[in-house]
Amino acid sequence: MSFPKHLLDFQGWSRAQIESLLETARLMQEVLARPVKKVPALTGFTVATVFFEPSTRTRISFELAARRMSADVVSFAGATSSTAKGETYRDTLRTLDQMGIDAYILRTDAAGVPHQAHRWLKKPVINAGDGWRAHPTQALLDAFTLLERLGSLEGKKIAIVGDILHSRVARSNAELLPRLGAQVVACGPATLLPAHLPGASLTTRLQEALEEADAVMVLRLQKERMDRGLLPSIPEYIAGYQLTEARLAWAKPEAPLLHPGPMNRDVELEGTLADSTRSLVERQVANGQAVRMAVLYHVLVGKQ
Amino acid sequence: MKGEILIKNVTLVDSQGTHGQADVLVGEGRIISLAGGEAAQVVEAAGLYLSPGFLDPHAHLREPGQEVKEDLCSGLTAAARGGYTDVVSMPNTTPPIDRPEAVAALKSRARAIGQARLHPAAALTQGQEGQLLTEARLIKEAGAVLLTDDGRTNEDAGVLALGLRYAASVGLPVAVHAEDAGLRRGGVMHEGEVSFRLGLPGNPAYAESARIARDLEVVRYLTEELGVRAEGHSLLHFQHLSTRRGLELIRQAKREGLPVSAEVTPHHLTLTDRYLERLEPLYKVAPPLRTEADRRALLEGLLEGSLDCVGTDHAPHTADEKELDLLRAPFGIPSLEVAWPLLYTELVEKEGFPLPTLLERFTDGPRRLLGLPPIRLEEGAEASLVLWAPRLKRPVEPRTFASKARYSPWAGWQLQGWPVMTLVKGRVVFADLLDYRP
Ligand SMILES: [Zn+2]
Repeated sequence: MSFPKHLLDFQGWSRAQIESLLETARLMQEVLARPVKKVPALTGFTVATVFFEPSTRTRISFELAARRMSADVVSFAGATSSTAKGETYRDTLRTLDQMGIDAYILRTDAAGVPHQAHRWLKKPVINAGDGWRAHPTQALLDAFTLLERLGSLEGKKIAIVGDILHSRVARSNAELLPRLGAQVVACGPATLLPAHLPGASLTTRLQEALEEADAVMVLRLQKERMDRGLLPSIPEYIAGYQLTEARLAWAKPEAPLLHPGPMNRDVELEGTLADSTRSLVERQVANGQAVRMAVLYHVLVGKQ
Repeated sequence: MKGEILIKNVTLVDSQGTHGQADVLVGEGRIISLAGGEAAQVVEAAGLYLSPGFLDPHAHLREPGQEVKEDLCSGLTAAARGGYTDVVSMPNTTPPIDRPEAVAALKSRARAIGQARLHPAAALTQGQEGQLLTEARLIKEAGAVLLTDDGRTNEDAGVLALGLRYAASVGLPVAVHAEDAGLRRGGVMHEGEVSFRLGLPGNPAYAESARIARDLEVVRYLTEELGVRAEGHSLLHFQHLSTRRGLELIRQAKREGLPVSAEVTPHHLTLTDRYLERLEPLYKVAPPLRTEADRRALLEGLLEGSLDCVGTDHAPHTADEKELDLLRAPFGIPSLEVAWPLLYTELVEKEGFPLPTLLERFTDGPRRLLGLPPIRLEEGAEASLVLWAPRLKRPVEPRTFASKARYSPWAGWQLQGWPVMTLVKGRVVFADLLDYRP
């Protein structure tokens, strides 16, 4: 089976390719369980993480993933300073490209930049989050973690709760999970809910979203939404949408809890829930590395 | 009488229809004869069409202050190549054109350049800040033909009402970029299925129609309560209509006899928000590309005349700026050089849109808005003309543009109907007959 030479989103990825990629992630998980967590799969390749929007967690996860497969890694923290000075993404990326880089891991606050980069550079590009649009490796690690716990996603109801409108995690999960058989319900305050979200049904009623849910994914609430007048206040949000012990009882008894991190404890969820046995948050972080190793492997080497 | 140019065996076509073949003799700025004669220069034009020159009521030529994007020379040269003999330039330059001296300076520079003729629009309010009116009378005397704060939306209805009353009293039409800034928020594309999926901030169709509804009520107030009349031109002109709903409001207002007019751009007639799926800032424009239903409605509005004219909203930027991301890249599409062949190909050839009607929207329609009489293809008429090739097929090649903006959403589109010669008052300002083989 051959694979697309990029991961911009899941367009062009079939269910079989995704399942095979998750299978590779399982093998990588075994590598990570060994005393020496290193394989030579990507020896000779140079990978660049280019983060125009800072995210230490995601960057470290990708860099470790690359190193564990023996790739050389360079990192460029663009923030928005160089682009603010008038240097375009294109200039920055072309400059880097003179240094013999084989694949780019790109993170930006604006949708579409990874697509633009892929067109300019004609090199493998992995989207590490572009604006509100997509965060495919996060969705893959969420799916991987859910599969680990639930066995299969066929017919399973997954609730995503929070600021859906501005969430790349929600969009990528709504794109990916239904392909693996799941049914996605997205729930949030009316002003933070788009009118359409392909792959998901939408509701402003938390109970409706959580009832009979097989798993619950909670999103981070950004304080900025208050400043922009999209929400009256944090207490107002908590009153309607905070995931509490009592509300989680609407879901199926063992339904696990996911969060892409970083968490605002006692805002989008009760702090105690985050540490409960229902929480898969730490598992998500660990699986993130295995999934990113699998993605790098498929995008760079391509064949099994 | 001896002429300067003889255009032989050319087919005459204007807003009234096709008038058969003629040998058009041009001299001293006028059409001398349609029956041939002696001339120093003879153009063999069998298979070509001759029409009145186009007038663009809406172009951003960026001078002064943003000459790196475009200047009068590159912009007016691009216009001439596009078959335009006349161009209305928007005043949102740096600084904005809000003083009579600035208007006069633009006029004199454009005359020296000698390409398409420039008709500056000036700001409706000082600094385009939407507060204090500009010196409309002096500005008109300096050569401005229109007042507008385009690029900004006139938020304060009271200021707009004062501006409309005053402009009408000195004989100038007012044009508005009708869009509610609050509803638009940070929208970078049409709000709808595509924007929700792409996770891009949306600009709802109702940002346009809500503002049009308000502005129409202002016009109704002025005309019905205060007796304001515009003599020979439009009182209020709506720029770059993009939505079905906005069009419906204008259609209804015209039916009721309100003195308003409206324009539509080449991009809103040929592209939709689906193009944004390519995640390419090339398609980022204000107002945004809307849905196919909106596009079809606009086509209908252009056909029936609810939309009076095609305005390019030619809005050049540097390639670097357009290579920023979708949030940061500026709004705008350059189109002076392709507007006619684009709409001739996509509307007339592919959709069966009547050619005379399309010509009306490029010639008489925009002239009417400014209170100018139409140009007819008859002896004695002003020889501001475009010669174009209905069968000449050629792809859009941005690198050959005279405009400084060498990119285009239509790059590679195979178009026909390209202008091959443009005359301003009998003077050839553009000729490219090499491509054309009779
Ligand atoms: Zn405008």
